[in-house]
Amino acid sequence: MSDHPAIETRQLNKIYGSGNTEVVAMQDVSISVARGEVVALLGPSGAGKSTFLTAAGLINPPTSGQIHIGGQLVMDGPRATTDLRSFRRKHIGFVFQKANLIPFLSAHENVSVAMQLNGVPARTARARALELMRELGIDNRARYRPTMLSGGQQQRVAVARALANRPSVVLADEPTAALDSHRGRQVMELFRGVAQEHGAGVIVVTHDHRALDVFDTIYEMEDGRAKRQQHGTALA
Amino acid sequence: MNLAVRDIRHNLGRFALTTLGIGMLLMIVMGMAGIYRGLIEDATLLVDRIGADLWIVQRDTRGPFAELSRVPDNLVYRALAVPGVESSREFVLHTIQRQRGRERLRMTVLGLSWPSDKGAWLPLVAGRPLQQNHFELIADRSLGLRLGEQLRLGKESYEVVGLTQGMVSSGGDGMAFVTVPDSQAIQFDRAGEAIRLERAGRERRAATHESFIKQPTLSEQLAGPTSELPAVAPPDISAVLVQVAPGASVDRVAEIIGSWDDVTVHTRQQQKDLLVQGMVDKARRQLGMFRALLTIIAAIIMALILYTLTLDKIHSIALLKLIGAPNRVILGLILQQALVLGALGYAIAYAAGSKLFPFFPRRVVLTDADLVQLAVVVVVISVLASLLGIWRAMRVQPNEALMG
Repeated sequence: MSDHPAIETRQLNKIYGSGNTEVVAMQDVSISVARGEVVALLGPSGAGKSTFLTAAGLINPPTSGQIHIGGQLVMDGPRATTDLRSFRRKHIGFVFQKANLIPFLSAHENVSVAMQLNGVPARTARARALELMRELGIDNRARYRPTMLSGGQQQRVAVARALANRPSVVLADEPTAALDSHRGRQVMELFRGVAQEHGAGVIVVTHDHRALDVFDTIYEMEDGRAKRQQHGTALA
Repeated sequence: MNLAVRDIRHNLGRFALTTLGIGMLLMIVMGMAGIYRGLIEDATLLVDRIGADLWIVQRDTRGPFAELSRVPDNLVYRALAVPGVESSREFVLHTIQRQRGRERLRMTVLGLSWPSDKGAWLPLVAGRPLQQNHFELIADRSLGLRLGEQLRLGKESYEVVGLTQGMVSSGGDGMAFVTVPDSQAIQFDRAGEAIRLERAGRERRAATHESFIKQPTLSEQLAGPTSELPAVAPPDISAVLVQVAPGASVDRVAEIIGSWDDVTVHTRQQQKDLLVQGMVDKARRQLGMFRALLTIIAAIIMALILYTLTLDKIHSIALLKLIGAPNRVILGLILQQALVLGALGYAIAYAAGSKLFPFFPRRVVLTDADLVQLAVVVVVISVLASLLGIWRAMRVQPNEALMG
């Protein structure tokens, strides 16, 4: 499985509506992300970035095209070849613009819940959650509820949760939008570290051009099409 | 990790208040069942305590509790002559209401057949049974009378010589026990002026009646008390109670007495059935209707609360789905909250009811069967109440977690 790209999309299309009301949100998007690679997805609002991300995240099925994760064909057109929710749980980590933590769980519970849903025993899940939080420098906030954490701390908890089940793919949707430039860069570097240390393929949708040097590959999206732009520092 | 408990902890104040409200509602539902059981127990208590095998009552009536029954007092001796009868005694029962100081005193007076019955069968908690055939009274504690207190009833004063606990009539009134003659004196007491007017009426009628004109000595008797007039029968009693001898057949004795044209005979069980079916049945149906309505209201309130709680965490549910939580986790989250709500509400109902029910004016009896039945009902309404929330949660799409 490790020889295959972390995620590969082939000729992905997404069309909403039909006839006169038809809207093409995504057109022939083919992106391949290797394990350990960090990819940025840039583009103006309405370019199709979020549509791609939700399709790649197995939330919103494409109209046509294929999605392979770890070499396994998961979506063939709008048809799923496996139980998507279970597959998502095991292989995909999500980070959003807002941290999107569960408000009634503490920071470490927000991380360990992802593992417990995956069948990891509570004690093991708790230990790994604390280990991840230590890696991300927020272990001293483990017992705090999300409302008692700063935006940056919440985003780190969300990153820890995304990594909890050692996913093949991490998908991040504007994770630095709510952060200042300093903290934004910290989070981007966090993804860099995550990709290298955990061997996950990371796709980050961002408007933040100040930290583009962190990425291995950059795709620009416009009118539903993705165009590879340049190599980042790692490939330079 | 139990998500339901975590969410409850997060919304503890609201959840606690909701549980308290549900608990109070369930307490009323529980209390209604208890009131019904209390009605039955009160109604049948006396029949059980008296312990008579047969009740002889006025022909075609259902006995002294259900309707008016009058039988002559000599029926006691007729019954005693039936083969298999060990003993028979008079039974007089009536309810009176008198003013005692500034309070109204309502009591059901039962006549004890002196000297064979001195009230030894009564559950005395203080004092003693009757020791003389006049002017002594045993009262239930619920009447608020004190031992040794003199109570004026009619033209006589009665001393409270004993106190019972829990002896109330089917109407819920505390009971007082006196001898049959005293009971009748209380029941048929009339004002002095009424007696004088009646005597004057007798003399007036005699003045124009041929027999009294021919024999003036007869007219002199008319001025005496009614009980001394040979032509006037002594007051009737309500029923005659029969104890069948050991080894004798109750059915056979009942068959013999039942063949008499002037009376009807009921066994102890028939008397209890008549009481329950006749007097308590409507109350049972009424209370049953209230219970059903309150249970439905509790279910609706629970459903609304659970639905609101679900709406509050709809984003978290979408997020859980996004990170791969199976439906059973989401379903468990809502269902467990519903069951916790129901279980805690039930516990509050039981705890609060146990403290409050003893202060109710009528007896509230919580039976194990009723408690188990209500527990099952609570589980059912908890599950039903969670359906609306579950339905909403199942419709949530994972991508809703990405919105706002």
